[in-house]
Amino acid sequence: MSTAETISPPPVTRSPRTSRTWASRLGLQLLAVVVAVAIWWVITSVLASPTSMLQDFAPQHAIPAIGALAAQGVLFPDIWTSLWRLLVGLLIAVVLGVVTGLAIGTWQSLETASRPVFQFLRMVSPLSWAPVAIGLFGIGDRPVFFLVAAAAVWPIVLNTAAGVRSIDQGFLLAARSLGATPAETLTSVVLPAIRPHVLTGLRLALGIGWVVLVPAEMLGVTSGLGYEILNSRDQLAYDKVMAVILVIGLLGSILDALARRALGTGNRQAV
Amino acid sequence: MGTVALRLTGATKRYGDNAVLDGVDLDVERDSRLVVLGHSGSGKSTLLRVLAGLEELDAGALTRPDADDARGAVVGTVFQQPLLLPWLTVRDNIALGGRYRANKARFDAAHVEELIDLFGLRAQADLLPSALSGGQAQRVSIARVVAVRPDILLLDEPFSALDPATRRSLQVWLRDAAAALGLTLVMVTHDVDEALYLATEVTLLDGSGRAAGHWRCDAPTGHDDLADHPLRATLLAGYRSQLGAAAAS
Repeated sequence: MSTAETISPPPVTRSPRTSRTWASRLGLQLLAVVVAVAIWWVITSVLASPTSMLQDFAPQHAIPAIGALAAQGVLFPDIWTSLWRLLVGLLIAVVLGVVTGLAIGTWQSLETASRPVFQFLRMVSPLSWAPVAIGLFGIGDRPVFFLVAAAAVWPIVLNTAAGVRSIDQGFLLAARSLGATPAETLTSVVLPAIRPHVLTGLRLALGIGWVVLVPAEMLGVTSGLGYEILNSRDQLAYDKVMAVILVIGLLGSILDALARRALGTGNRQAV
Repeated sequence: MGTVALRLTGATKRYGDNAVLDGVDLDVERDSRLVVLGHSGSGKSTLLRVLAGLEELDAGALTRPDADDARGAVVGTVFQQPLLLPWLTVRDNIALGGRYRANKARFDAAHVEELIDLFGLRAQADLLPSALSGGQAQRVSIARVVAVRPDILLLDEPFSALDPATRRSLQVWLRDAAAALGLTLVMVTHDVDEALYLATEVTLLDGSGRAAGHWRCDAPTGHDDLADHPLRATLLAGYRSQLGAAAAS
């Protein structure tokens, strides 16, 4: 998952032997997974003393624990709860981020004026707001929506503003000379023109939102994957802790892959 | 000639201390093709933007004497660059004006299809602008403006970015299309031969914001006869004198 507000560089130029490259790349990646699981096993089962709690984190305990969690009937409700919170938080971030990005992309003076404040807010970890959010919204979904939105809004703001600034002024002139009102110019020229930028911002926001979601669910809620980690720890069920971590990583990878596919790989540069 | 569709009286436009237009009078007659000729920086693009209503005058007035409704004559502008929206197909680009409330009463989708045929764009109708040649793109941009049925079509050096052969074929095509559609044209250019080929009237700007002369040339000429056109020597002389003046100043 991309956690920084940048985009991963484009893939290295492909060799003409694309099919072979594709197969060998998949082979390499499978090999890396096997090596990672092996290291995981060696650390938790061979190096750790037999009495250590690390034993519980071993793959041979953690992977079956996923099934146990599912059998308990908590895994899927937790996944849906977490995905729902991510979705609502992202929706809030998109609405606020696109509106703000349109404004600061359109008016240079607003961009200049807002820069120090936005820079400050951007560099405060969204989780720092957790006590404020819980104080304001109480226990439940809403502080999590807030924290996810607070984290996810920045890449959307920055990419939207960059998109607005990169619009060919001639397009706006052409629309205006055809009789478009400012609102019609917005819907017929500006919004379609910034779409790829907004989608890039959304993909980055999804990554950040997912990363923030789990710790946000450790504060002031009683459901979701983040809560399930703490709950399992309180029951000293470390195999289940590791199982939830695996689920989080897996879901995150799937979400990112889906976003890449649905939203394009992001051909525009983020700020 | 017909009635006056658009009239400039004493038009003055300044940028700082520099008067780009200085008391220009201009009548655009309906069904005429007026070409405003001038070298770069002579204020011809400013003049066109004033006519398009995209620029306010500092002094003088723009009136629409024969306007038949409160809104006055509808003016459409074609720019130097095609400025096609890259995410829309040729057809959707031509239909762009139909999305705007200002054109709702004048626009219909069937007309777009007629224009696609008339402008020779049938094979390209479903392509994106990136797949077009420069000449095709400029034809689409003219069709986009014609689709909102303007009373007057303004063209700001629309062919200046094209190669000479394309440029010439588009001049032929534009003169025919204007006749077929009954368009009133106002075009600015720095190309004397383009002016002579397309114009029924020529106004020469003198480089200091005033009109140096106005001529009618009613008989249409072929490209091959332009060298002998009676007005050619006059216009070129006017051109040279102001280039000399510009160099001396």
